[in-house]
Amino acid sequence: MDPESQAQIKRIADDFGSDNIMVVLGASDIEGAEIAAETLTVGDPSFAGPLAGVSLGLPVYHILEPEVKESVPEEIYEQEVGIVSMIVDTEEVSRAFRKIRETNK
Amino acid sequence: MAVVIRECSYILVHVPDFVRYGSKPARDIPINGGPGGALERRIYEHVRSYDEAVAYPPNQVYIGNMHPDDLHTTPQPWFEHPVAGAKRHGKFGEILPEEEWYGWLKIADDFNLVWLTPAFIAQIRDVVSGHPFLEEEDIGKLGNGVAINKIRDKIERDDALPLYYDGSLVGSIRRDHEVDDTLKAQVLMENLMAKASGALAMHHLFNRAGIEPQQVDFILSCSEEAVGDRYNRGGGSLSKAIGEMCRCVNATGHDIKAFCAAPIHAIMDAASLVQAGVFERVVVVGGGCLAKIGMKYVGHLKHDMPVLEDVLAGFAFLLTPDDGVSPIVRLDSIGKHDVGAGSSQQEIMTSLIVKPLERIGVKMMAIDKYATELHNPEVTLPAGSGNTPLTNYKIMGALAALRGEIGRDQIDTFVRERGMPGFSPTQGHIPAAVPFLGHALEAMQQGRMQNTMFVAKGSLFLGRMSQLSDGLSFLLERNPRRNG
Amino acid sequence: MFKGKNVIVVGERDGVPGPAIAKCLQAAGANILYKTTECFV
Repeated sequence: MDPESQAQIKRIADDFGSDNIMVVLGASDIEGAEIAAETLTVGDPSFAGPLAGVSLGLPVYHILEPEVKESVPEEIYEQEVGIVSMIVDTEEVSRAFRKIRETNK
Repeated sequence: MAVVIRECSYILVHVPDFVRYGSKPARDIPINGGPGGALERRIYEHVRSYDEAVAYPPNQVYIGNMHPDDLHTTPQPWFEHPVAGAKRHGKFGEILPEEEWYGWLKIADDFNLVWLTPAFIAQIRDVVSGHPFLEEEDIGKLGNGVAINKIRDKIERDDALPLYYDGSLVGSIRRDHEVDDTLKAQVLMENLMAKASGALAMHHLFNRAGIEPQQVDFILSCSEEAVGDRYNRGGGSLSKAIGEMCRCVNATGHDIKAFCAAPIHAIMDAASLVQAGVFERVVVVGGGCLAKIGMKYVGHLKHDMPVLEDVLAGFAFLLTPDDGVSPIVRLDSIGKHDVGAGSSQQEIMTSLIVKPLERIGVKMMAIDKYATELHNPEVTLPAGSGNTPLTNYKIMGALAALRGEIGRDQIDTFVRERGMPGFSPTQGHIPAAVPFLGHALEAMQQGRMQNTMFVAKGSLFLGRMSQLSDGLSFLLERNPRRNG
Repeated sequence: MFKGKNVIVVGERDGVPGPAIAKCLQAAGANILYKTTECFV
């Protein structure tokens, strides 16, 4: 995750408190999404950005997870996300992100 | 009157000693031991030799010695499967070694920014002079060099950056203003490298097209560098600087800025200028991007593989009125991602592919090949950055399925047949679909292909002025007047 | 799930871009604190 985004998110988490914030990601590569999720929960794994060594512990979701999909009006989800959900294994995304959230509870 | 893309050229420059000056390494090295410290040493344990860079299959595809589809049958990782008998020169250009590159850099330098030691100039003079595109006047610009103690002093006392060859100090590049960030050494080095590599590409273009530089009327540079000063950041005009270096005495030009989609914008603009009759011969040129050298090095070190982003890339294209032979740019079928089009992939791809094809009554499946951003996945995947071309091709296939042109079970076939593996260096604007242009021109000239659609996106949001992205596309067709 | 919740959106240009995610979550009742899009290349 780029350092500028890390800095912004850290600032917002400091202002609002980590307990009151959720994060939703959209990366199409699962490994890439996992790295971003790791950055926002336990800290920047590349130790280069403002979140290096900072454990925000934010609950991180992916827009392609079925439980996220269910909470969005169907028509809007289809229009904004539909085509990407056709080409990504959404079950795998769901498994990966559930695991990340459970590990960091 | 139709407009054709008559000729193309593609070049790579191997720059292992500049990996430290890519934006990502240059930000990370100072906080991880500084110059000569742990991180820099680790990076340099993973940098490739020139021969390894030449024999790297994607690089051979880029300069035209292999077809992109050949990568389907080249075992991965590609860096472990060098091309036997790989050559420096390809159909479309060459891979320049760093030793010669220093000569080009010095020749491109009109402000005495680059200082090289007398010993190093003596070492490179013969190989630089041997390059067929450089003339006596160019070689004269190498000068006699600057003493190494003066270079060391400039580095230590005046923020000049050290230049290395094979790990040894051979020179420096200085800043040209006390406090102006746009004229500091790092920025000037980036700009100068874009200029010199763009010039190398343009020379190859003239050589392939068989035209003289003075026959060119106008130049559009789509390079990414923001050349200018504190009052005019990004003012330009790299195009004219490149034209000067290539002796295009009857041309001027300007720079096209559109993030990574700039080459498509530039080709559209060049074709429009020709179609309107404003100019007869317009060159589109893109020089290399130093900032993106070593961009994904963290992922490469993590997987103990070579730092693959060790080459600058460049290209050049010549657009002219219809010559009855060369492929045609369909200016009636430009695809554009409008401000109000929406941000979803479906809306973006519909804007860039479906709408322009519908305008001329063509179905998606009537296009032989789609060229999208052709980033080499071997560079990006180890860094968790995905496989950009594969993702884009899958979305295109899904779009064709949603439109009922193919079944959902045929998306993979679409990807394999209408797409191609990524092979371009991750140089921002360079991968923007056009690395396939040379292969497309050749296939259409030989009657092996009817058309190709070139599609690229640009990440405008990186500049923090809009949340939008951008995209542009054009269709290239075999010349109907060509016999056979 | 998102009704009245504060959400940070990090999209990707070649995946689901930030504004597209934000549109979905706003429709789901979320309060978008920050949205950005990353470009990995």
